[in-house]
Amino acid sequence: MEVVFLTFILVLSIFLGFELISKVPATLHTPLMSGANAISGITLAGAFLAAGMVDSEMGKWLGTAAVAFATINVVGGYMVTDRMLGMFKSKSEGGK
Amino acid sequence: MNIELIANLSYVVSAILFIFGLKMLGSPATARRGNLLSSLGMLIAVVAGLTAEGIVSYEYIIGGMLIGGLIGAAAARLVEMTSMPEMVALFNGSGGAASLLVGWATLYGGDISTFTAVTVLLAILIGGMTFTGSLIAYGKLSETINSAAVVFTGQQVVNSLILIGILVSGYMFAVDPHPESQWLYIMLGLAMVFGIMAVIPIGGADMPVVISLLNSYSGLAACAAGFAINNNILIVAGSLVGAAGIILTNIMCKAMNRSLTNVLFSGFGAVKQGKAIEGEVKPISVEDAYYLFEAASNVCFVPGYGMAVAQAQHVVKELGEILENNGAEVSYAIHPVAGRMPGHMNVLLAEADVPYEQLVEMDEINPRIENVDICVVIGANDVVNPSAREDEDSPIYGMPIINVDKARTVFVLKRSMASGFSGVDNPLFFGENTRMLFGDAKESISGVISEFG
Repeated sequence: MEVVFLTFILVLSIFLGFELISKVPATLHTPLMSGANAISGITLAGAFLAAGMVDSEMGKWLGTAAVAFATINVVGGYMVTDRMLGMFKSKSEGGK
Repeated sequence: MNIELIANLSYVVSAILFIFGLKMLGSPATARRGNLLSSLGMLIAVVAGLTAEGIVSYEYIIGGMLIGGLIGAAAARLVEMTSMPEMVALFNGSGGAASLLVGWATLYGGDISTFTAVTVLLAILIGGMTFTGSLIAYGKLSETINSAAVVFTGQQVVNSLILIGILVSGYMFAVDPHPESQWLYIMLGLAMVFGIMAVIPIGGADMPVVISLLNSYSGLAACAAGFAINNNILIVAGSLVGAAGIILTNIMCKAMNRSLTNVLFSGFGAVKQGKAIEGEVKPISVEDAYYLFEAASNVCFVPGYGMAVAQAQHVVKELGEILENNGAEVSYAIHPVAGRMPGHMNVLLAEADVPYEQLVEMDEINPRIENVDICVVIGANDVVNPSAREDEDSPIYGMPIINVDKARTVFVLKRSMASGFSGVDNPLFFGENTRMLFGDAKESISGVISEFG
C-alpha cells in the first residue's frame, strides 16, 4: 500500500507542477530555474537522517556530503533568486 | 502527539508554501515575495527534518550545513548575471549529487527491501548522470571545454552498451542488495559515464534545452530519493521541480522547432546548407544612425547572447531612456532561446534597470512589428533570420523568429560579417531596409548616445 500511496502523491504533484509552472511568464524563467534548484535542495531533509543516525562510518560520511551539497542548493538557490527578482522593477518603482 | 506526526504535518505546511511560492512567480510584482514564502517552506521542512527520530549526532550535520551554506552564499553573492547559466548548471549538478548520496547512504541504514533497492538505484542513476552531465554542461557554457557538439561513429552503440550495463548491474544489485555489492559501484560508475555521454553530443546553441532538462532530472532524482527513504516532502518538491524543467525544455524545443530527440541525439550543423544569399550589405555610420533614432517614434531592441558578451545591456538601457525622453515608445523583444538559458536576456536587462513592462515576448511583438520604426538587433542572429520563414532548405526552417525584417528599418549591430551560432547565412543583413552598424555593440551605442548628448 505504501508504494501506491507514494505514487499517488507523485502523480498529483506532477500535475500540480505543470499547472503552476505553465503560468510563469517567460520573463521569469531564469529565476524560476534557480528557484527550482533551491527547492530541489529539499533532499536536505532526507540527508539529515543519513548523516545523523546511521551507525556505519561510511553512511555517515555519505550523508554529510549529501547535507553539504543540498545546503549549497538551498542557500545559494534562494539567495541568488532573491537577488535576481530584486532587479525586476516596474516603471512606477523608479526602474526607468 | 509524537514527533513524527508533527514532522509530517510540518511537511504539509512547507508543501503548501512551495506551491504558493511558485504561484506567486506568475508575475514579476509578486515573485520576490513568492521566493521568500518558498524559502520559509524550506526552513520549516529543514527544522522538521532535524527533529526526526533517530538522529543521534548533530556534529556532522552542522559541519555539512556550514560548508554548504558558505559555498552557496558566496556563489549567490558573487556570480555575475551574465554567468547565471553556468551557476544554474552547477546547482543542477549539486542537486543531483545530493540525491545520489542520500540514496547511497540509505543502504547503510539496515534491512533493504527490493522496492527500496530499486528506488535507491534510481536515485543513484538519475543523480549520477545529472551530476556529471551538469559538470559537462558547465564546462561547455564557461568554455573551459570546447562547446561544439562531439559526435563520433558508433556513439549510439557505445550508449546502448552503457544502458545495457546499467540495466544488468541494476538487476544484479536488486536481487541481492547490500552496501558492499560490487554491482553498486559498477552502476554508479556507468551512471556517471552516461551523464557525460548524454551531454557531449549537444552543441553550445542547444544549451538552453540541456540546462532545462538537467534541472528537471535534479528534481526527479530528489523524487527517487524520496521514494527510497519514504519521505513525502521530497516527492512533492522533487516533482514540482521535475515538472518545471520539463515545461521549460518543451518551450525551448518549440522555440527552435526541433524535437527533444533531435536536440539530444544529433549534433547541429552537419545538416544541409540553405540557399546562398546574394545581395549587398548597406553599412551605416553612427552619425546617420543618430539622425534616424532622433526621428523615430517607436523603437524595439532585439537582444541576443552577443549583448551579454559585449556587456552592452547598460548602454542599451541608457539609449532606450534617451529615446523615451525624446518621445519614442521603447520596447525590448526577447526570443525564448535568446541567450544561453531560458529568460537569460530578461535578467540582464532587469539588472540594467529596464522596467519589466518593456520586456515583451516574441508573440507579443510580431503582430505589431510593422509599426516599429527602428528594430535594433544586438548580438542576435538566428532568432531574427528570415530564412526560418522563407527558405525551406535552410536548417533552421520552421523555427519561430522575431520578424524584425518587417519593421520599417532594421539596424544590425555586428562586429563583422560572420554567420551565427548555427553557421547559417542570414538574408536579413542583405535586406532592403537593413542597415549594418559595424563594430563593438557597446561602442556603437555609446557613440549614438554621445551624438544625443
